[in-house]
Amino acid sequence: MSLAARVRLRRDEFELDVELDATADELVVIAGPNGSGKTTLLRVLAGLIALDAGHVVLDGSTLDDPTRDAFVPPERRPIGVVFQDLLLFPHLSVRENVAFGLRAQGIPRAEARRRADGWLERVGLADRARARPPQLSGGEAQRVALARALAGDPRLLLLDEPLAALDATTRVEMRRELRRHLASYAGVRLLVTHDPIEAMALATRIVIVEQGRVVQAGSPEAVRARPRSRYVADLVGVNLMRGAVSGGAVVLEGGGRLVAADLPAGGEVLAVVHPQAVALHGGPPEGSPRNVWPAVVRGLDFEGERVRVELGGELPMVAEVTPAAVHELALADDVAVWASVKATEVAVYAV
Amino acid sequence: MVLALAAAALAVFFVGPLVGLLERTPWRELPALLGEPEVRTALRLSLVCSLSATALSIVFGVPLAWLLGRTRFTGQSVVRALVLLPMVLPPVVGGVALLLAFGRRGLIGQWLDQWFGVRLPFTTAGVILAETFVAMPFLVITVEAALRSLDPRFEEAGATLGAGRWTVFRRVTLPMIGPSLAAGAALTWARALGEFGATITFAGNFEGRTQTVPLAVFLALETDPAAAIALSLVLLAVSVTVLAVVGTRVLAGRRVDAVPVAS
Repeated sequence: MSLAARVRLRRDEFELDVELDATADELVVIAGPNGSGKTTLLRVLAGLIALDAGHVVLDGSTLDDPTRDAFVPPERRPIGVVFQDLLLFPHLSVRENVAFGLRAQGIPRAEARRRADGWLERVGLADRARARPPQLSGGEAQRVALARALAGDPRLLLLDEPLAALDATTRVEMRRELRRHLASYAGVRLLVTHDPIEAMALATRIVIVEQGRVVQAGSPEAVRARPRSRYVADLVGVNLMRGAVSGGAVVLEGGGRLVAADLPAGGEVLAVVHPQAVALHGGPPEGSPRNVWPAVVRGLDFEGERVRVELGGELPMVAEVTPAAVHELALADDVAVWASVKATEVAVYAV
Repeated sequence: MVLALAAAALAVFFVGPLVGLLERTPWRELPALLGEPEVRTALRLSLVCSLSATALSIVFGVPLAWLLGRTRFTGQSVVRALVLLPMVLPPVVGGVALLLAFGRRGLIGQWLDQWFGVRLPFTTAGVILAETFVAMPFLVITVEAALRSLDPRFEEAGATLGAGRWTVFRRVTLPMIGPSLAAGAALTWARALGEFGATITFAGNFEGRTQTVPLAVFLALETDPAAAIALSLVLLAVSVTVLAVVGTRVLAGRRVDAVPVAS
């Protein structure tokens, strides 16, 4: 299964021009600042906005192509959408919300309800089938929205900031759950977010959209190592490592450990370190930093007043320093340095 | 000063007439008065005509409201003005206009007569037409306001779930504006029930055929004041009930919103 889209659209002053391909083997996350055109892109794929030029092709069948006068309206597209504010129907019960798509497909009421109940079971809400959306907690509403989008067995699943409406604690929990549900879904998955943690935690490929254009695309690792714009560097260019909590520190998947000031009780985590928080030294540093390790410079990226230093060694990371520091430490490829990070600068998120 | 003016207004315009009516009501003879054949005929006719007018207003008014609230076309403001005109038009003028349009020599009436043998003036159907003409704007503006305040993305969500336009309207739009539709229908019914001017001008005053309760009240005031008061009391009771059912909420302009999801 695959999606191939070339989206060109003009709305007043705003111009969207994006090429996007996705297969069922990957989870593509479209990230970008607010107003960059991410949501518009999803609306085009869903058929809620028609293209000015370009094409949207899903599994070889054309959904939208102005040159060929082809446009499949949203109700006839094999899609599922999780909207930013979820948009659960407030007048229908949770069960009827999930059954809505099945009923619209002409499946008899009893069968649609049975299948809806099956979906509610899968998202752990079997006992909430009769509740109305206004009675649900944020996390529950989120699960219902996902079940509703998946119930119709779509070939393309579109998620628009699916976790944005949740509070911080619920978001962590839901992100983990979302990852599990997305992994077991067989179609093409596209998720839009402005949250770098969400993008890094979920994506197998990240597409960065800014001002209606794709500025960068690639694996989370590649995007993080070589952010191509200020936005990417600031928001996605963080050091992000997977690991597990053990003995008061995070034991990283790639080897090495990081001490953090605040740790969850246990389990799998993501450790986030901002490049600005990684200090570089000519020799073993003195003082209080809890995380100190020897590293080797693998590359330098000059961006005006900031230089991104790619570090190799037992704890690969990106540090951001000033050009003066580069000069002072004589940083160049293959130069050995010492790196340090304060425990308070290591943010740890449960996955 | 302001308080005194408000109290005076309340006394003179609102409480006064009400008390006046209730004070003169012959409570003991009321059942007998309401049981009189002419009174019962007028009541039955009023009920049939006003309910029919309400049904017609829903059938034609909801699509009109949708057109005004959910689409954009040139001349929309003209259409809105036309739809709302009966609200501000003196009902007698409305009746004259209806007569000129649907009368036997009228613009539309002559064709109705020639082709179908249908004559509307001075018939029960004419009463229904007059009441619909005067009352439908109440339904249109209430439903239009509800459609405007309904987030169109709910309908988009319905579409992405595979529901066509009609299914979306039936299963999403209509239930979500349901409270407003009910309120609009109640207002429309109350207005149709009280219709006098357009009815008497267009349909005349024939007992059992076009003599609705307001017409009967007007006539009885000279011949049988007690019956007039009894019938007035019925209309008053209906008005109070509608007010209670619709709630001052809708009349006071509170929007019927999509309920946000708690988070």
